[in-house]
Amino acid sequence: MAYFTQQLINAITLGAIYGLIAIGYTMVYGIIGMINFAHGEVFMIGAFISLIGFMICSLLGIGSAPVAIVLVLLIAMAFTSVYGWAIERTAYRPLRGSFRLAPLISAIGVSIALQNYVQLVQGARPKPGGQIVSGGFNLFSLDGFDVRVSWLQIIIVVVTIVLMAGFAWLIARTSLGRRQRACEQDIKMAALLGVDVDRTISLTFVLGAALAAVAGMLFLMYYGVIDFFIGFLAGIKAFTAAVLGGIGSLPGAMLGGLLIGLIEVFWAGYFSSEYKDVAAFSILVLVLIFRPTGLLGKPEIEKV
Amino acid sequence: MRVTVVPDPMLSVRGVATFYGAIQALHGVDLEVGKGEIVTLIGANGAGKSTLLMTICGNPRAQSGQVVFDGEDITGLATHEIVRRGVAQVPEGRRIFPRMSVFENLQMGATLSDPAHFAHDLERVFAMFPRLAERREQRGGTLSGGEQQMLAIGRALMSRPRLLLLDEPSLGLAPLIVRQIFEAIGRIAREEKVTVFLVEQNAFHALRLADRGYVLANGRVRLSGAGHELLANAEVRAAYLEGGHA
Repeated sequence: MAYFTQQLINAITLGAIYGLIAIGYTMVYGIIGMINFAHGEVFMIGAFISLIGFMICSLLGIGSAPVAIVLVLLIAMAFTSVYGWAIERTAYRPLRGSFRLAPLISAIGVSIALQNYVQLVQGARPKPGGQIVSGGFNLFSLDGFDVRVSWLQIIIVVVTIVLMAGFAWLIARTSLGRRQRACEQDIKMAALLGVDVDRTISLTFVLGAALAAVAGMLFLMYYGVIDFFIGFLAGIKAFTAAVLGGIGSLPGAMLGGLLIGLIEVFWAGYFSSEYKDVAAFSILVLVLIFRPTGLLGKPEIEKV
Repeated sequence: MRVTVVPDPMLSVRGVATFYGAIQALHGVDLEVGKGEIVTLIGANGAGKSTLLMTICGNPRAQSGQVVFDGEDITGLATHEIVRRGVAQVPEGRRIFPRMSVFENLQMGATLSDPAHFAHDLERVFAMFPRLAERREQRGGTLSGGEQQMLAIGRALMSRPRLLLLDEPSLGLAPLIVRQIFEAIGRIAREEKVTVFLVEQNAFHALRLADRGYVLANGRVRLSGAGHELLANAEVRAAYLEGGHA
């Protein structure tokens, strides 16, 4: 029981990070029907900008962890948003209206380019991020096994919940969110009502990138080490989460992220950590066989 | 064919040709809609009626020719820029946002208008279609066809358009509902002073309502004239009114 609870806590932490990245995949897919395979790299860049941000904070002598975290969070979100915006602008928008595979190929190209770019300017070796937040507390002890929650885990889960709630509010209640949903449901009609479709798509990339930046910062803080290649696996996992939850669905992305975290951590905890990725992807295959639209995905409604 | 000269046109379509890939849908269409008029465009399926309405809104763009709205050439503008100038469209198939409530659909209609008169415009739409007020929180996709049509028209009105383009608003609706919809269109034109350009297959209703009409066939204007003239025209009767009317 104690061991189970400990794994659950770890799984939720990991799932939160996947969920944040998955939102970017699902939103872009919802609005332009394309998988942005460069999104994992945007997450990786978010992690690197956070690393640089924390270094600058310590150089400036900002000792307080909360101040540093908020500051780095904002910096990472701002810079990564610019990346998201620029990627859409240069690699996808010129291909709109082209055949369906073209932007997908372009996305893979962007992904490789960004990996190599970071490898070139930051080096290929893993970079330690230092410990920004340490410590924690014992939740309870059972049979000599301590169930520990670190402050960091609490920060990760709280930041994720706050951001997801804010984001859900933005989509459901604001006029920007309404325009976004309109584009997702019928992009031609949205344009006929005066929505600037190109701008709305740009903003979707910016929002997705900002959330990925947060995930990048949390990843850096949680694992303490990053390299230019972390975007690949995290990206694939988050994409899996988005598909598992139902691509195009926001709650689906959050649920999918949580589930991938659970599957991975519990498989590693109870069976073998070597095959945790295999387990996660196998569950995906099973879900897609029995529910092709994902857990919360809606079946395609054909317009009459 | 008689050439109609409109003294003060709201919309002029001049020699417009539109292509879908290699297929030419419109072969140099000329027509005019005067300020305050109800003008209808009738024609068979595939004649290019919907293409013309979408070309006016810039998607697809006219390959050659000109679209002039209230004296301004809008041929090259993006859709949202054209709409911003006061053109609203009730498109073919209504295109209600299925997973948005009636209220949200109307909010989308007001995308470009001043938030200050949102409440007033909403009230006007609800007064015209009380059914929409009852269905306010219902999802667009769950409405009946007639209700969706009312919503599509209400949504277009929320932008306070000067020119309202309607694409087959009677399609697939019961005769009683069709009558209600046409009555509403008449009121919009006469009471709210909105210029109406109505595309219809239901030629009888459309020509009776309209001041003037055009007949489109194979991407070209074949006939034009006053509504009652076209109603009496032998060719129109044979091609579009035969077999009675709804």
